[in-house]
Amino acid sequence: MSAHKIPARIYYLIFATLLLLTMITVEVAFYDIGILSFPVALGIACFKSTLVILYFMHVRYGTGLTGLFVSAGFIFLAILMVFTLMDLNTRDWQVQPDESGISLAAPFDHGYGIGKQLR
Amino acid sequence: MSNTVAAASRPEPDNNYLTAGYGLKSWLLTTDHKRIAILYLIMISVFFVIGGLFAVLIRLELLTPAGDLVSSDTYNKLFTLHGLVMIFFFLIPSIPAVMGNFLIPLMIGARDLAFPRINLLSWYVFAIGGMTTFAVVLFGGVDTGWTFYTPYSSTYSKTAVGLTAIGVFITGFSSILTGLNFVVTIHKMRAPGLTWFRLPLFVWAHYATSLIMLIGTPVVAITILLVFLERVFGVGIFDPALGGDPVLFQHLFWFYSHPAVYIMILPSMGVISEVVACFSRKRIFGYGFVAFSSLAIAVLGFLIWGHHMFTSGQSIFAGMVFSILTMLVAIPSAVKVFNWTATMYKGSISYETPMIYVFGFLGLFTVGGLTGLFLGALGLDVHVHDTYFVVAHFHYIMVGGAIMGYLAALHFWWPKITGKLYSEAWAKLSAIIIFIGFNLTFFPQFLVGYLGMPRRYHVYPDEFQIFQVLSTAGASILAIGYAFPAFYLTWSLFRGKAAPANPWNAKGLEWTVPSPPPKHNFDTIPVVEEEAYDYSRLEEEVV
Ligand code: HEM
Ligand SMILES: [Cu+2]
Repeated sequence: MSAHKIPARIYYLIFATLLLLTMITVEVAFYDIGILSFPVALGIACFKSTLVILYFMHVRYGTGLTGLFVSAGFIFLAILMVFTLMDLNTRDWQVQPDESGISLAAPFDHGYGIGKQLR
Repeated sequence: MSNTVAAASRPEPDNNYLTAGYGLKSWLLTTDHKRIAILYLIMISVFFVIGGLFAVLIRLELLTPAGDLVSSDTYNKLFTLHGLVMIFFFLIPSIPAVMGNFLIPLMIGARDLAFPRINLLSWYVFAIGGMTTFAVVLFGGVDTGWTFYTPYSSTYSKTAVGLTAIGVFITGFSSILTGLNFVVTIHKMRAPGLTWFRLPLFVWAHYATSLIMLIGTPVVAITILLVFLERVFGVGIFDPALGGDPVLFQHLFWFYSHPAVYIMILPSMGVISEVVACFSRKRIFGYGFVAFSSLAIAVLGFLIWGHHMFTSGQSIFAGMVFSILTMLVAIPSAVKVFNWTATMYKGSISYETPMIYVFGFLGLFTVGGLTGLFLGALGLDVHVHDTYFVVAHFHYIMVGGAIMGYLAALHFWWPKITGKLYSEAWAKLSAIIIFIGFNLTFFPQFLVGYLGMPRRYHVYPDEFQIFQVLSTAGASILAIGYAFPAFYLTWSLFRGKAAPANPWNAKGLEWTVPSPPPKHNFDTIPVVEEEAYDYSRLEEEVV
């Protein structure tokens, strides 16, 4: 409705940034940065999608309500991931009856669980 | 009356929405939200009958402990198609796409929804999704259950899972489009003076429902698509041999499908609020609480999906967290039930047909909700999971709750939608038959489930037969109860008395326009100056 005139310059600038970031992603893939490679690739991808959402999808120029709905999408995505990982990371916690009652414990360390004692 | 006289006495350029254009094209290309509602009504009624026929076959098969009517394979296909059709093609669109579509613009004083063409598009998408799913029957059916659990669905099933997945995927978009339309309409198109806290609770309920549709449906659509990709290309998301996890499917599926049960019940709850207020002649007790409990249900509903997975291999810790959170969602549901009861307290209650359905809803929803809490208790669910106890639980809510609410709505707004009055006597009779038939069908299922009969089996030990026979007997009564409205409502279209604008003397903007409403709803956009359900003021005016 309220047709914001966004200068074409902005679009070109964002486009160039996206291209640059893509090149960085490709370039980084050739270096062995060990455990960092995944976070770096993901970080760049997130930054790029934020640019697209804010500028190409005009969320930056939209109302607060639009922003709220966009963030809601991400909040619920976070809920989906956190709860699913909560299951995955605690799969090995076993029920172990002992003198004092029942407790959940990790009997062995398999490398990806949190493996803490829960009482 | 002869034809010529009838033609001559037709009020000239009568602009009600039904007479505003004739011929198939005027319907199939309409962008009028009221006509689109009628298109949806016709289509979901057909789906309801088809889903019902599958149920008839299931109930007949279960009359005897032996698998004598159909083979095991056919039985698997029957309950799958029954569940798919009833959930995705009847319950989810039922109240929102028919009643919400028709009423929301009228209730908020608007001339249409925000995006009329998208509204029509949603109906076509729905129709295409429906046809695709029915094509499945021609390709030999599908046997995974409506839940599509992997790895059976993704790897082993020999039936038309792929095509079904596409059908459900497509249908999801109609739900998203409807939700989007409602959210924007409710934000942007309320009449002057109609603040959020003056909105009818029906509109609040649909707002909450739309949020679930918008947030949840994309997830199930993608999930179903992944099953399709897994089957066709073996991508390995759900296959442990390729590094996937079959339980991941259940997380993704229930992330949508638990909230989806609130897509089915929230609109019904909105209907109950309208009808209870009208036939108790009182403002809803604790309006703000009822309004916000809808939003609370929508949000909390997304935190508890793991209660469907207690026995799936999900971690015990996650099971405990989901079990505790599940108890929370009962609170907003209970707030509503208590507030409706408190609304009736000292009200001047009358027993018209919609109100009878409301009484049915209150009792049956309470039983369904409370047994939901049994199931949500981690320790108990391990024993009753995947038994008839679960089947009874969700039918109490979906048939006893959601469909009762749908029928209440249909009877409450029928005079508004069609401009015709139906026969109260027949309508009351069928409401009572439905209530009796329903309980006889589903109460025995609690018992047989508690005794240990698993769901989705058609061969069972002899001692369970008595319960299954009772259940089938009840289902026959229920079927008669459902058939009645089809007759007397259709009859009313041709022979019914003309309905006045406000037959129930109810509050709400939809009752201020003639029945059936004019093509553009309101000649002048109304200005709202009072709270919703201000029945005390109405009573004074009448006196
Ligand atoms: C008061 C809130 C509710 C609670 C606490 C609750 C709890 C549960 C639990 C724990 C289960 C899993 C049982 C099992 O598989 O072992 C379940 C199943 C189910 N519930 Fe509910 N429920 C509630 C409301 C509803 C509503 C409102 C609906 C529908 C409108 C519904 C529909 C279903 C369905 C369809 C299933 C079975 C799904 C399947 O496996 O096919 N429930 N419920
Ligand atoms: Cu659930």
